[in-house]
Amino acid sequence: MGKAFAEKVLARAAGLSDVRPGEIVDVYPDLYMSHMASWRCIRTLEKMGTDKLYDPERIAMVMDHISPARIAKTADDQRLCREFAVRKGINKFYDVEAGIAHVVLMEAGHIRPGMVVIGTDSHSTIYGALGALGTGVGFSEITAAWVTGKLWMKVPESIKVIIEGPLARGTSSKDVMLKLIGDLTADGATYCSVEFHGSYVERLSISDRMTLCNLAMELGAKNAFVRPDEITRSYLGERGVPPGQYTEIHPDPDPVYVKSVTIDGRSLVPQIACPHTVDNVKPIDQVAGTKVNQVFVGSCANAKYEDLVEAARILKGRKIAPGVRLLVSPASKEIVARTVKDGTYSILLEAGALITNPGCSACAGDGGVMADGEVTLSTANRNFQGRMGSYNAEIYLGSPAVAAATAVRGVITDPREFL
Amino acid sequence: MTEKIGGRLIKFGDNVNTDVIIPGRYLVSIDPQELAKHAFEPMGTEVQKRLWSSQVVVGGKNFGCGSAREQAASCLIGCGIKAVVAKSFSRVFFRNCINTGLPAVECSEAAEAALDGGELWIDLEQGMVEVQGESFSFASYPESLKQILEAGGLIPYLAKYVLPQQEALKRHTPELSRR
Repeated sequence: MGKAFAEKVLARAAGLSDVRPGEIVDVYPDLYMSHMASWRCIRTLEKMGTDKLYDPERIAMVMDHISPARIAKTADDQRLCREFAVRKGINKFYDVEAGIAHVVLMEAGHIRPGMVVIGTDSHSTIYGALGALGTGVGFSEITAAWVTGKLWMKVPESIKVIIEGPLARGTSSKDVMLKLIGDLTADGATYCSVEFHGSYVERLSISDRMTLCNLAMELGAKNAFVRPDEITRSYLGERGVPPGQYTEIHPDPDPVYVKSVTIDGRSLVPQIACPHTVDNVKPIDQVAGTKVNQVFVGSCANAKYEDLVEAARILKGRKIAPGVRLLVSPASKEIVARTVKDGTYSILLEAGALITNPGCSACAGDGGVMADGEVTLSTANRNFQGRMGSYNAEIYLGSPAVAAATAVRGVITDPREFL
Repeated sequence: MTEKIGGRLIKFGDNVNTDVIIPGRYLVSIDPQELAKHAFEPMGTEVQKRLWSSQVVVGGKNFGCGSAREQAASCLIGCGIKAVVAKSFSRVFFRNCINTGLPAVECSEAAEAALDGGELWIDLEQGMVEVQGESFSFASYPESLKQILEAGGLIPYLAKYVLPQQEALKRHTPELSRR
């Protein structure tokens, strides 16, 4: 019997010839990402009474979640990180203008196939889009890795998700994932490595692979994975990372999967996750017509360049409904630059969008919050109670196309009406 | 760890997420006492009052799903919670519990039998939960995790056992410490 991706990559990072699902091993991750939590790591390091770092080159810090600072305490925390990075020679430091950590690090070429990456953010599963194992941990664990270089990990079992394409008109990677989460529920992949296979995935852009791997977290997954291929190599090549600088790890032809699930994208319809859980998923016709106060296009799930272009395709030449707020928060500075250059930015502005600086924005409750009784249609990955302001507000999740169509009509709208 | 831990319990349902346990807006703090004031705030003050006078949190399946925020575990410690028992845990929340020194016990039968406001006691050494006059066993922790819990969490564990060894190693191999 062969090995799944997670077993092979964890064996490599643990320096072992063979590991099995369920085994607990000491792993030496290749990169430790910390975002807003970085200051907590630094304070924890001070408490440990040491300042010796295992390898500063493996530390990556991105000042997202709250950017720029809104209160003096946050400004102070961010200063602590900035000064620490200079003092310790941390080269992979990205300040408040950069954007959302995951997207920033992938764009910068820091995430490569075959790596093990830990991050102080649950959506670190996104790194599977480039063939790496990414997983979320607490800030104490990042601090521990700074000092010791290692952390304990349970080798996960693997689930195979086969997505057959091409996707039906008006649907996207977001709809695929919402359908999957609705079917398998929020703990459908707890502690498992989710591998995406099938004809749809093979031709997929890195942007859509990010959406798949990011949302796998909402199944409870430990990590997610898309097999690296020419598309991966060309994405990295454009970012100054030639194939000689990484070693791809592929699953064997015959691994043991605990579960195998097939999604037929050819018959998919747009999907909506209803309040207050991500697995409360319904086909769009069951919720179409629900009035919204705000539409949010943002987050590490769906505020990439391709997502903004998709929204702009529907918003071009149209205006958003009166009384509705359309908040667009691009995932990174690079994305802002690209949309400015190709005119996407102007299309969104002219339609009536409020375009914020790049960052987590409303998904982290950093601006764009709701009043009591309000409703937002969001392209983010979570709709938990209270995540965007009032505890008595509601969040619906959908694709960028659904968001754009909804902004135009002021009620949840099937994007196929505009295509 | 022969002593039993536990006391009065507060019971929740399935899929309790981290944004409910500790809303993101309070993550500017890492002080367990300060965080405790806002634990389970979205569920209202009645729930919070009962939480503050409880020693055990009981959850259904997928307890602690959502964000990687470590404060979801440490805020419960600030509330005086001694252990969390659930049908199942989300993986990051489970890690955060162990790493902050809060025992997280996966025991479906005990979580099912527990009645809100009742008592629950855990014997970590024996791997037993007592609740409603019944005893249920659970798979005990692997040795490595047990050591972290006994030390009171990952950071105290490292400070006590791992860092002194690294220092000693460096003293005996000067070429290593120059790197």
